[in-house]
Amino acid sequence: MSGTSEQDVIVVGGGLIGIASALGLRQLGLSVLLLDEGDVAHRAARGNFGLVWLQSKGGGSGDYVRWTRRSIDHWPDFSRELTELTGIDLGYRRPGGYHLCLSDTEFASRSALVDRIAPNQPDDAKTVMLDAAEVRRRIDGVGEGVVGASYNELDGDCNSLALFRALHEGFNRLGGRYKPSVRVDAVERDGGAYRVRTGEDSFGASKVVFAAGLGLNRFAGQVGMPEIVRPQRGQIIVTERLRPFLSMVFSQIRQLPNGTVLIGDTKEDAGFDNGTTSIIMRELAERAVKTLPHLANVNIVRAWGALRVLTHDGLPCYEEAPDWPGVFFATSHSAVTLAPGHAREFARWVAFGEAPPDLLGFSSARFRAAA
Amino acid sequence: MTASPMTSQKPADLVVIGAGPAGLAAAALAAGHGIRTLLLDEQPAPGGQIYRGVTRTPIGDPRVLGPDYRRGQDLVAAFESSGAKRVVGASVWSLTRDAEAGLEIGYSVAGAGTLIQAPRVILATGAMERPFPIPGWTLPGVMGAGAAQTLLKTSALVPDGPLVLAGTGPLLWLLAVQYVRAGVSIGAILDTTPRANWRAALPHMAGFVRSSYAIKGLKQLREARSKVRVISQVTGLRALGSDRIEAVAFRRGDGAEERMPAATLLLHQGVIPNPNLASAAGCAQDWNPDQLCWMPRTDVWNASTVDGVWIAGDGAGIGGAIAAEHQGRLAAVAALSAMGVLDGAGQDREAAPIRKALAGATRGRRFLDALYRPADQFRVPEDDTLVCRCEEVTAGQLREAVRLGCTGPNQTKTFLRCGMGPCQGRLCGTTVTELIAAERRVPASEVGHYRLRPPIKPITLAELAAVSKDDIPAVAAER
Amino acid sequence: MFHRLPVPDGETVSFTIDGTPAEARVGDTVAAALLVNGVPHCRTTPVSGSPRGPYCMMGVCFDCLVTIDGVGNRQACQERVAPGMRVATQMGSRELDR
Repeated sequence: MSGTSEQDVIVVGGGLIGIASALGLRQLGLSVLLLDEGDVAHRAARGNFGLVWLQSKGGGSGDYVRWTRRSIDHWPDFSRELTELTGIDLGYRRPGGYHLCLSDTEFASRSALVDRIAPNQPDDAKTVMLDAAEVRRRIDGVGEGVVGASYNELDGDCNSLALFRALHEGFNRLGGRYKPSVRVDAVERDGGAYRVRTGEDSFGASKVVFAAGLGLNRFAGQVGMPEIVRPQRGQIIVTERLRPFLSMVFSQIRQLPNGTVLIGDTKEDAGFDNGTTSIIMRELAERAVKTLPHLANVNIVRAWGALRVLTHDGLPCYEEAPDWPGVFFATSHSAVTLAPGHAREFARWVAFGEAPPDLLGFSSARFRAAA
Repeated sequence: MTASPMTSQKPADLVVIGAGPAGLAAAALAAGHGIRTLLLDEQPAPGGQIYRGVTRTPIGDPRVLGPDYRRGQDLVAAFESSGAKRVVGASVWSLTRDAEAGLEIGYSVAGAGTLIQAPRVILATGAMERPFPIPGWTLPGVMGAGAAQTLLKTSALVPDGPLVLAGTGPLLWLLAVQYVRAGVSIGAILDTTPRANWRAALPHMAGFVRSSYAIKGLKQLREARSKVRVISQVTGLRALGSDRIEAVAFRRGDGAEERMPAATLLLHQGVIPNPNLASAAGCAQDWNPDQLCWMPRTDVWNASTVDGVWIAGDGAGIGGAIAAEHQGRLAAVAALSAMGVLDGAGQDREAAPIRKALAGATRGRRFLDALYRPADQFRVPEDDTLVCRCEEVTAGQLREAVRLGCTGPNQTKTFLRCGMGPCQGRLCGTTVTELIAAERRVPASEVGHYRLRPPIKPITLAELAAVSKDDIPAVAAER
Repeated sequence: MFHRLPVPDGETVSFTIDGTPAEARVGDTVAAALLVNGVPHCRTTPVSGSPRGPYCMMGVCFDCLVTIDGVGNRQACQERVAPGMRVATQMGSRELDR
């Protein structure tokens, strides 16, 4: 099928952003081909922590908070719709989220962050600081080492692996075409449209969305855009299944509906090494036991490292390439929280050119200026 | 080893992991050259699985376990007089290589974790029974034949009737003979060896007849067949029951369906390398199309692809207990050379007789691999059969995930939790690879294997957290 | 289930299974002790509640998980029976603090 395949849109990248966008485009009635790498690609979608999270966002960008807030507002309805389509329960819940501080220094630094972002936070859901007594009043079993917390009532979580699978399942059910184990080499102009070249094949479309995670820089270079992303490692520990004991969501500990407890995650510059290290695993374990001493005897079942896809300022990047109309770029390290935003609003932008105004500030131009 | 905080220390120049034939022989040879050698083993007594309980078996009658088993006593004696140190009950949960710190091993004894620096490491972590996914294989009362043999060796326990053995491979026949000699009644042996295997094995017959397996194996076959009803070319095997196994159903070679009562069903279709530690350490693995399993990539000195790590014995590819010993010695010689204890000429000189013995020990292996190659249907099961015992994922669900576009076991893991349970994919990894390969119609090598990471054994959070605070950077993500 | 071959007398060890007194031979693993004492299964699974018993006897399958002296999800095939040990079969997921 070389050289003849045509569709409205080609999405490059089968991670959470690519598949959410692809599903959204399909729902809008466009024909979509999703090109993806294979089984051992760097996949942030397989390694994320599953938070649907607002409370720490807003440093430097009110637009980012508004975008996140809208996506969170979409979540209940988006989740219901996806479950109806696929039969897969995403495990979304919004019980309010806590970031627990384990020292006075951490508490002070968190308070400063909360103060700094307060002007950008939504009026009806500001992040608040809670002292130790208040944390203990709200949460059973927290350790002596917990000195306080920040809290936002809009925060929650989901089963991010279920989300990932449901997006793929939904895309498939709606007739989206998925082609895995493909390495995309280049995008080229083809009259008023584009051709995406892989090893032996090429695929034509009038629009192309690059949601290629850490592969994004390569394509950005091809269309004259600056470097956009860099890797940042996160490590996570997973425990054995336990009877439900934790109904709240902490930024670093949460229990999934299946009973396992996720403990994470970290921020490290480790290049493209997505391994785990004993020193960091130990820190995660130590913090977990300090936070919830009842976890002490719990067995670890797995640990993993994954590479977060981060821009230079930590904010997302969305852009229609300046001289390549119809070629879009999308990246964010909050692809779980923003999944409904990508499926609904970003997809409309690609399909109909209706850019949500608050996304226009997230172009890569800001990295060019910095460089 | 009492509960002490984790410390990072360098207690030995060579650390050997596993006290089966490969590990015992490797440690004894290295220590014999005056190298500070430490052997870590999970069991309370040496011997590994093959010589499990060899120093303390309650079975008095030597005929039951046979003369091969007693070979383990010599290995243990040689190890014990070698000066190598041993930590028993040591569960090794990590082996990592850091650019600066070198090799580091994490292990626990009685719930207390330790991290040690290990300049050089020989992995002798052995084999496990190949998964045998059939309908009902999770029912209590269905066990591995190797598992039942462990109960025999260590506790002199044998199954109450009615007892059925099913599968293929030397261990199945060995166990049958051991049971017969111990006076255990076996209802039937359901031989699942496909007839076509004989044709495939014939070209390797010459090597086999000159091997030590030949006479021994044939004797065992004859002895078992003379005492027990053997049903050949069995297909469609399933274990039936609600809370326990009650019966076994199957199709005979002549096509007739049969069903017989069973309180215990012992399954076996060969052994495969126990992959997790080598894999989590980052040792490259290749699919072996003859032995139908993942094998760590090793060179002629049994060196893995990770610098300073050698892999010897069945953990490096199935060769049997005698070959394992010699491989252990070969790896030890290579490690001695890497440490400068032997020069190039000394290395070759020491290795020459070992290589000769190894060649003798592996003679006949290709015949066994071909003859006892498990049938496709017992490696790649039908849709309703559980593949992942922990997360209870069926073959049908896996096939559906492949149809959705999953190309390998890491994506199916993400989609289905297949391989995410406490066994960390040990009991499903091989099956998942082969099933995806069959579904995609590509070789297993193209499908790949689970990406594993430490800890590869259970360790509690408190155990992991009990560590000195030096040099730990604050890296927790702010959310 | 399993029975013991006539072997030279070994020392016996007393312990309990779900509160009921039981005996094993010194050196027996907990899994062996459960099998010789006729315990039909060790646990039920957290996923479907189906019963499981020892399968591999070498620490790889994690099907023989039991609660030992109040600590859940211990591998019965990797632990030796000790005098007075309290072994309990498990239903579904482990509980915190057990």
